[in-house]
Amino acid sequence: MDDIKYDKNIDYGTPTSQSTKQVTLTVDDREVTVPEGVSIMHAAAVAGVMVPKLCATDSLEPFGSCRLCLVEIEGRRGYPASCPTPVAEGLKVHTQTPKLADIRRGTMELYISDHPLDCLTCAANGDCELQDMAGAVGLREVRYGYEGENHLKSTKDESNPYFTFDPSKCIVCSRCVRACEETQGTFALTIQGRGFESKVSAGNKNFLDSECVSCGACVQACPTATLIEKTVIEAGTPEHSVTTTCAYCGVGCSFDAEMKGEEVVRMTPSKHGGANHGHSCVKGRFAWGYATHKDRITTPMIRKNISDPWQQVSWDEAISYAANELNRINQTYGKDAIGGITSSRCTNEEVYVTQKLIRAVFSVNNVDTCARVCHSPTGYGLKQTLGESAGTQTFDSVMQSDVIFVIGANPTDGHPVFASQMKRRLREGAKLIIADPREIDLVANSPHIRADYHLKLRPGTNVALISALSHVIVTEGLVQEAFVKERCEWDSFVEWRDFVAKPENAPEALSEALGIDAKTLRDAARLYATGGNAAIYYGLGVTEHSQGSTTVMGIANLAMATGNVGREGVGVNPLRGQNNVQGSCDMGSMPHEFPGYRHVADDATRALFESAWDRPLSKEPGLRIPNMLDQAAEGNFKGLYCVGEDIVQSDPNTQHVTHALEQMECVIVQDLFLNETAMFAHVFFPGASFLEKSGTFTNAERRISPVRRVMTPKNGGLEDWQVTAKLAQALGYPMHYNHASEIMDEIARLTPTFKGVSFKKIDEMGSVQWPCDDENPAGTPIMHIDAFVRGKGKFFITQYVPTTEKVNAKYPLILTTGRILSQYNVGAQTRRTKNVAWHDEDILEIHPHDAEDRGIQEGDWVGIRSRAGDTVLRAKVTERVQVGVVYTTFHHPESGANVITTENSDWATNCPEFKVTAVQITRVNQLSDWQKHYKTFSEAQLAYAGRDLEAAKIELD
Amino acid sequence: MDIQRLISMANQIGDFYESYPNQSHAQHEIAGHLNKFWALPMRKQIAQYVNEQGGTGLHAAVQASIKAHLQL
Ligand code: SF4
Ligand code: SF4
Ligand code: SF4
Ligand code: FES
Repeated sequence: MDDIKYDKNIDYGTPTSQSTKQVTLTVDDREVTVPEGVSIMHAAAVAGVMVPKLCATDSLEPFGSCRLCLVEIEGRRGYPASCPTPVAEGLKVHTQTPKLADIRRGTMELYISDHPLDCLTCAANGDCELQDMAGAVGLREVRYGYEGENHLKSTKDESNPYFTFDPSKCIVCSRCVRACEETQGTFALTIQGRGFESKVSAGNKNFLDSECVSCGACVQACPTATLIEKTVIEAGTPEHSVTTTCAYCGVGCSFDAEMKGEEVVRMTPSKHGGANHGHSCVKGRFAWGYATHKDRITTPMIRKNISDPWQQVSWDEAISYAANELNRINQTYGKDAIGGITSSRCTNEEVYVTQKLIRAVFSVNNVDTCARVCHSPTGYGLKQTLGESAGTQTFDSVMQSDVIFVIGANPTDGHPVFASQMKRRLREGAKLIIADPREIDLVANSPHIRADYHLKLRPGTNVALISALSHVIVTEGLVQEAFVKERCEWDSFVEWRDFVAKPENAPEALSEALGIDAKTLRDAARLYATGGNAAIYYGLGVTEHSQGSTTVMGIANLAMATGNVGREGVGVNPLRGQNNVQGSCDMGSMPHEFPGYRHVADDATRALFESAWDRPLSKEPGLRIPNMLDQAAEGNFKGLYCVGEDIVQSDPNTQHVTHALEQMECVIVQDLFLNETAMFAHVFFPGASFLEKSGTFTNAERRISPVRRVMTPKNGGLEDWQVTAKLAQALGYPMHYNHASEIMDEIARLTPTFKGVSFKKIDEMGSVQWPCDDENPAGTPIMHIDAFVRGKGKFFITQYVPTTEKVNAKYPLILTTGRILSQYNVGAQTRRTKNVAWHDEDILEIHPHDAEDRGIQEGDWVGIRSRAGDTVLRAKVTERVQVGVVYTTFHHPESGANVITTENSDWATNCPEFKVTAVQITRVNQLSDWQKHYKTFSEAQLAYAGRDLEAAKIELD
Repeated sequence: MDIQRLISMANQIGDFYESYPNQSHAQHEIAGHLNKFWALPMRKQIAQYVNEQGGTGLHAAVQASIKAHLQL
C-alpha cells in the first residue's frame, strides 16, 4: 500500500511506527492498514476517526491515564484504552457506543468539577483540548458541584519570562512531564503526590530557578491553559500561520509563525520540520522580540567621519552616497582597496547578490564571510579529504549511531534541538566519547546520560589527540582495510598509516602533552573503531585553532580508516554555529571560490559566471577578512560593504580591528541595530529581520529551508537583497530580480549541486538537502554513499605542531571561549530579548586551585590580561574547567572577550585561534582601560544616532 | 601588510607539509596553497621579501617553494 500521508494539522494521538509490516483492521466499519506497532488510537485517526483523548498526543509515548479514549473490541472483554493498545490483524474496533459515551461523560464530569469555568476569559479559549473534549463527549451538567475540595485557588507561577504555569487549570495528564523527558531530555518536571494531591512540580522550585531550559516543549504539549505563552495571554489567539525557519543556530528548526495581521503572537515548532520534528529551544521559540525592539534603526544614515553625528537620509541619498564613495575609492586607490563581508545570518540569496556585486562590479574577489572565523577549516579540510565542504549526514542519522564522539562542541548549549535528539539516542544506550577541555553538560550533567570517556585534553592539543587515537587504530589492526582499499587512495593511506604508527604518535608518548592517560586514550580509540556505527560531531573547539584545518582532516582520516562514512549512523558532522554558515559558504562568499566551491582560477567556471553576469571576473583569490584588516591597518584597504556581520565584536584582537576600521574611508554597515562595527561606519543601511523577508537558510545537514516574509520590512519596505541590488544599480550594474526566488533560480542555473533547487520545490517538500540535481531530485540526506565526491577519499598526514601561543610566567593560564544556550553569538539579537533573565553578563570560569593561588573568590571582579589586551569580568570558581585553564563566553560587547584574543590563526584558512590565549588573571577593583574607553566611545556613538538607544553596561559594584 | 605576519603565516603552511615523505611534492603543495588562497598583493610581497631581502625568518622549504613555484 502507499505510505500514509500524515497531515500536520491532525494529532494522531501516539507516534507512528518504523515497522515495515502492515496490519489491517476495521475501526467503526472503516478498514484501515497501518504499520505494525502503532496504537488503535493512531490507526483510528488514520482512518479519519478521532477517538476522544486528553493524555495522549502524537509527539509522546502513550501514558494511558485519562481513560477517555476507551474503545470496544469485538471478542475482547472490557473497555481498553486505545492509546496504549497496539493494533492487531483483523481487529474490529468500535469507538462510539452508548456504554462508551456514558463512561466518557462520567470521566469528563470529574475533570470539569475541579476546573475553573472561566472559558470565555481563558487565554486558551478556542485552543483547549479540555474544552473540545467536553464538547465531544456531550457533557451537559456537572453533578458534583464546585463546593468540594478543589485546586481552584492554586497560585500561578509567572517566573519564566515567556510562559505561565497556572496549576488551577491542570488536569494532571502528565503530557508536560513526558515532553520534558522524551522530547527535551531535561527531566525538569515531575508529578508529585498521589491521587487528588498529585500535581506538576518543577523540582519544588519556580520554573525560572528550576532545571528548566525554557525549550517550550511542555507548553506545546499541554492540552489546557495551564502552561501557556505570555504573548497569547496578552494578544489572544492567532488567526493565521506561516511556516518559516529559525534565524539562530545551525540546527535550522522549522517554525510556524502564528500571526495576527502583521504581529507575531507566537512561534511554534513545526511538526513536519525536517531538522526539528516539532521541537525547539528557548531562542527560536521565544527570543524573537528583538525584531520589534526600539533599538532597531529603520532609517538610512550617512556621515563623512566617524566623529560626526549621523545624518538621517532617504534611501536614494544613502545609496548614491555609498556608490559615489566606493567609486571614488576605486579611482583613487584601485579595486584591491574594496571588499565585502557577508554573514551567516544572511539568507542564501543575500550572500549570493553581495558576492556577485563585489566580483562583478569591481572585478575583484575581496569577499568573505563570518565563516572565516568559525568553520572555514571545515570547508578546507573536508574538501581536501572527502571532496565536499559539508557534513556527511542528516541529523536523523544519529538515531542509528552506536558510538557518538563529540569533539570541541557543546551541543546542549550550542545546538540544543539536535542535542535533544542525540540525548534520546544516548538514553537508548549509544556510547559517548567527549573530547573537551571543559566539562560540558553532556559529560555527566544531563539526566540518564554519562560519557563513557571524557578526554579532558589541554586546549590546543586536538591534533595530538587525533594522532594518538589513529595510532591505536592503525597499530592494533582496527583499520577497515576493505573499505579503505575500495573507497580511498591507497597510497595516501599508506603514507598516513606509516606516519601515525610512529612511536612519537603513540598515546604513551602524547599523554603528557594532552593531559590524558594513555589507557583512556587507547580505550576510547578502541570503542570508536569497534563499537558499531560511530559518528563524529564537532564544533568550533576543533576549528578555531592554529591547526584547525589539520584537525578536520585528521577527523576525516579517522572516519575513513574505520569505514565510518557513507551510510546512516556514521559520518563526519560539523555542528555549525549560526543558521546559515553552510549556506553562506555554499553561495560563494569565500574569496577564492565561486558558488558551489569552485575556485576562481578555474577557467571554465569563471567563463560560466562571466557570461551569466556579463562582466569580466578576476582569476585571483581575494583578501580574507583578516587580510582585509591587515591591509587596512597599513592604509591599503579603504572601502567595505559589511552585511549583517559585526566584526568588531566577533573577530579577534578588537583593538587591531577597530584600528583597521578607523583607517578606512567608507565603511557601509547593513544591519538591524547600530552594532559595534556600525560605530566605525560612514553609511548605515537598515536591514530587515528574518520575519520581514523571503529567502532560504541552509543548516548544518545541508537542508535548504524557507524563510518567509510575514510582515512589511520596518526599514521602509526593502528586503536586504533589494538594498544590495539598489547599490549595484547605483554602481552601474543593474540586477534584474523581482523576488528572492529569482535569485535562487539563478543560483540553480549556475551551480550543479543546486540544479534542482527552487522555491517551488521547497514549498512542495518543506525543505531539501543539497546536492539536489537530476540524479537526486529529492535531495541527498547522506553523502558519499557509493563513492566520495572527490572520487577516492584522500588521507592527509597530520603532524601535531604546538601553537605559538604559549604559557609562560607572565601569562600562565590558557583562556578558552564558548557559548551558552540562551544567548546567540555577539548577542545583538538575544540581548534584546528576555533571554537576559538567564545570562546578563559574561563570566570567567576559573578552577578553585588557580583561584586560591590568586586570592580570587566567587563573584570577584578579575582582570584578564593577554599579549593583545586586557579586560575585566566577574569570576565563577568551578571545577568544570581544569587547572591552568579559564573560560568565558563572548555574548556581551562590554566584556571585551575579543580584546584578549590574538591574531594567531589556522595555517590553511586564517580562522582565528579563539580557543587558546595565554593570559594572567588578577583581582581588580576597576574596569580595564579598554572598557573605560569603550564606555565613553559607545555612549558618544549612540548619541550620534540621535535616538534614545540603550548602551551596553558594565559597572563594578 | 606587516611582513612578519606573512612570514609566520607562510611558515605555518610549511610546518603542515614538513612531515610529508616526498619533499619535492611538499614544495609544490606549499606554493600551491599560496597560489590558491593568498591574494596577489600578499604573494607579491612575500616573493619580493624572498627574492630581494633574503627571506630571513622563513623556513628553508618555504623559501625554496616560493622561489620555484609561486605564481605572480
Ligand atoms: S520548557 Fe522545556 S525544559 Fe522547561 S519544563 Fe518545559 S519541557 Fe522542560
Ligand atoms: S500542566 Fe498541562 S500538560 Fe502538564 S499535567 Fe497539567 S494539564 Fe497536563
Ligand atoms: S536556535 Fe537552533 S535549536 Fe534553537 S530553535 Fe533555533 S534553530 Fe532550533
Ligand atoms: S488518551 Fe488514552 S488514556 Fe488518555
